[in-house]
Amino acid sequence: MADKADLTKYKGVWVFAEQQDGKLAKISLELLGKARDLADKLGEKVTSVILGASVKPLADDLIAYGADRVLVAEHPELAEYRTELYTKIICEEAQKDKPEILIIGASPIGRDLTPRVSFRLHTGCTADCTELDIDPEEKILVSTRPAFGGNVMATIICPEHRPQMSTVRPGVFAVPAKDPARKGEVVTVDVNIESSDINVTVLSSSKSKKHGANIQDAVKIVSVGLGASDSTSFAAIQEIARLIDGEVGGTRPCVEKVLIEHGVQIGQTGKNVRPELYMACGISGAVQHTTGIANAKYVVAINKDPNAEIFKFANVGIAGDAKQILTAIVKAIKAVKQE
Amino acid sequence: MNIIVCIKQVPNVTQVKWDADGSLIRTGLPTIINPVDKNAIEAALQLKEQHGGKVTVLSMGPSQVESALREALCMGVDDVIQLTDRKFAGADTWATSYTIGCAIQKIGDYDLVITGVEAMDGNTAQVGPQVAEYLGLPLLSYALSIAVADGKVTIDQKLGDVARVIEAKLPALVTVEKEINEYRVTPIDKLIDAFERTIPVWGVDDISPDVVHLGLKGSPTKLRKVYSPKLEKGKVEMLEGTPDEVARQLVDKLNAKFLI
Ligand SMILES: Cc1cc2nc3c(=O)[nH]c(=O)nc-3n(C[C@H](O)[C@H](O)[C@H](O)COP(=O)(O)OP(=O)(O)OC[C@H]3O[C@@H](n4cnc5c(N)ncnc54)[C@H](O)[C@@H]3O)c2cc1C
Ligand SMILES: Cc1cc2nc3c(=O)[nH]c(=O)nc-3n(C[C@H](O)[C@H](O)[C@H](O)COP(=O)(O)OP(=O)(O)OC[C@H]3O[C@@H](n4cnc5c(N)ncnc54)[C@H](O)[C@@H]3O)c2cc1C
Repeated sequence: MADKADLTKYKGVWVFAEQQDGKLAKISLELLGKARDLADKLGEKVTSVILGASVKPLADDLIAYGADRVLVAEHPELAEYRTELYTKIICEEAQKDKPEILIIGASPIGRDLTPRVSFRLHTGCTADCTELDIDPEEKILVSTRPAFGGNVMATIICPEHRPQMSTVRPGVFAVPAKDPARKGEVVTVDVNIESSDINVTVLSSSKSKKHGANIQDAVKIVSVGLGASDSTSFAAIQEIARLIDGEVGGTRPCVEKVLIEHGVQIGQTGKNVRPELYMACGISGAVQHTTGIANAKYVVAINKDPNAEIFKFANVGIAGDAKQILTAIVKAIKAVKQE
Repeated sequence: MNIIVCIKQVPNVTQVKWDADGSLIRTGLPTIINPVDKNAIEAALQLKEQHGGKVTVLSMGPSQVESALREALCMGVDDVIQLTDRKFAGADTWATSYTIGCAIQKIGDYDLVITGVEAMDGNTAQVGPQVAEYLGLPLLSYALSIAVADGKVTIDQKLGDVARVIEAKLPALVTVEKEINEYRVTPIDKLIDAFERTIPVWGVDDISPDVVHLGLKGSPTKLRKVYSPKLEKGKVEMLEGTPDEVARQLVDKLNAKFLI
């Protein structure tokens, strides 16, 4: 733990760069843009930390997206993500380098890793933030997050412990422009892993292909209700999901009609979801459904009944026929994507 | 095989109410066991049925957590412990995990600790991993199944869109997803027993912690402001025009928010 008098020794903004099979996670790029912004407000540097079996080639990308420095920790044992090994290396480096701020994506890996790191460093961590800023007077990190299933927003600070840690929900911040001309420093971390550090064995690992296996973690969901369950509307829904890289979900009656699997039913007897974008198409907004979307950030509702309950949960609404509107949306997305 | 399950009592947020200033009215809200924590209890009971041993349920909170612990007894757990002390109040996840960790050390003889992945009020998903860190246990998170054999625990892990099978030596800590099982309804004989039991309440002196790490004072994070986004959400913006016009307006909005 940092003593109060020591706080000034902590400098710079750290970003944990998540990668899978040598590919950077999009959330890490989003974080670099935000970290740049925070570091500029403090007049400090951005350091990105990346761990894996062979990840050095990714360092240039991290610099191009905004890092001033990249700490690269390579070791065959780091190929598969494991909580304790990643915690050990990040904590050892953080204790040496003393970052003022450490931000990590609120991805499944980030939400597993970050609490262990913050506990070991004896510092606070604000979870699943949707906003990060620097208090102009106190020069501390101010993090905002939803809680109580999205019913409450909380603004949280960590005044007396360092680093100030936050996890950030994917899809909240824009990916910054890539600047291949940016220059930065690449530092190789000396990795020491003893057999006693290895307590968890990964017996198998596979990307699940099962449709909708991942609806709870989906960043974007296009959801079908009875009012959009005709074949034209449903085809448009699937097309929109494909175009925006989202998942298709829906209401219980659509599961009963075997239009969608139970695995993607949203609501009380289905899944609770937390996407950045939720498009409710032909859904009435029954409470058994809307409890499942309390954590959705931006809700679009399309319903022919202008008084439908779903509009009370929506940021943007369109009153009209689902078939016509959904096909028009497909066209409009294709136009902006020039597909 | 001795298992400790951590459960949180939460307000039933589907019945949340707001006062005129838009702040959450917490008094009088009905409370429930955090739903996924019932799946954690169920997982423990199933392991006990296979391997024998004892299931102990632990909950930290104000005096009303007693009712959550009685409900746990109804499900058929062997022992419950209530962690209640004014000094525990106002804890963030660090201080909560520290307090729970101290209590688990006090209980001592255990092979497995099970928690839910996430509580439906705080929503941080930090307590399980942090208790594991305090106790120095391997963490097996997001479990869709748990199996124990030869002194090892193996889980099916849902790591986002990656499905893994991971294994560790006991003792270990597992956090469970709601899909892991369907929890049981209360057998009648347990019900009567549960209401006759005296529930042990542990306070600061029972778990010998370093008191500077407890409650609000021991919490690194501080809550600056809490407000309701729902009030804004009530104002839906309706788009007007022909299907093509509204579609274009919508796509422009989504594009500006990087959602396309
Ligand atoms: C114990 C219990 C558990 C439940 N669990 C769940 C659950 O987990 N998930 C769930 O979703 N439901 C659940 N339900 C069912 C729930 O109560 C609702 O019945 C269901 O959510 C309604 O689905 P819907 O909105 O698709 O259909 P409806 O309620 O029939 O609504 C269809 C909507 O489409 C609109 N519409 C019709 N035609 C058009 C058109 N051409 N263009 C545009 N809009 C049109 C209508 O105006 C209407 O609002 C549960 C019910 C119970 C009792
Ligand atoms: C609006 C708001 C926002 C908050 N944001 C943060 C934040 O960003 N960071 C932070 O550090 N704290 C935060 N807190 C405080 C935090 O909610 C409490 O510390 C809480 O006691 C534990 O966190 P949780 O509810 O998120 O539980 P989670 O970590 O989501 O719970 C996971 C599991 O841990 C077990 N568990 C959790 N609490 C208990 C308990 N009391 N007794 C027994 N088992 C338990 C259960 O098995 C549960 O399923 C916030 C509080 C509020 C009111």
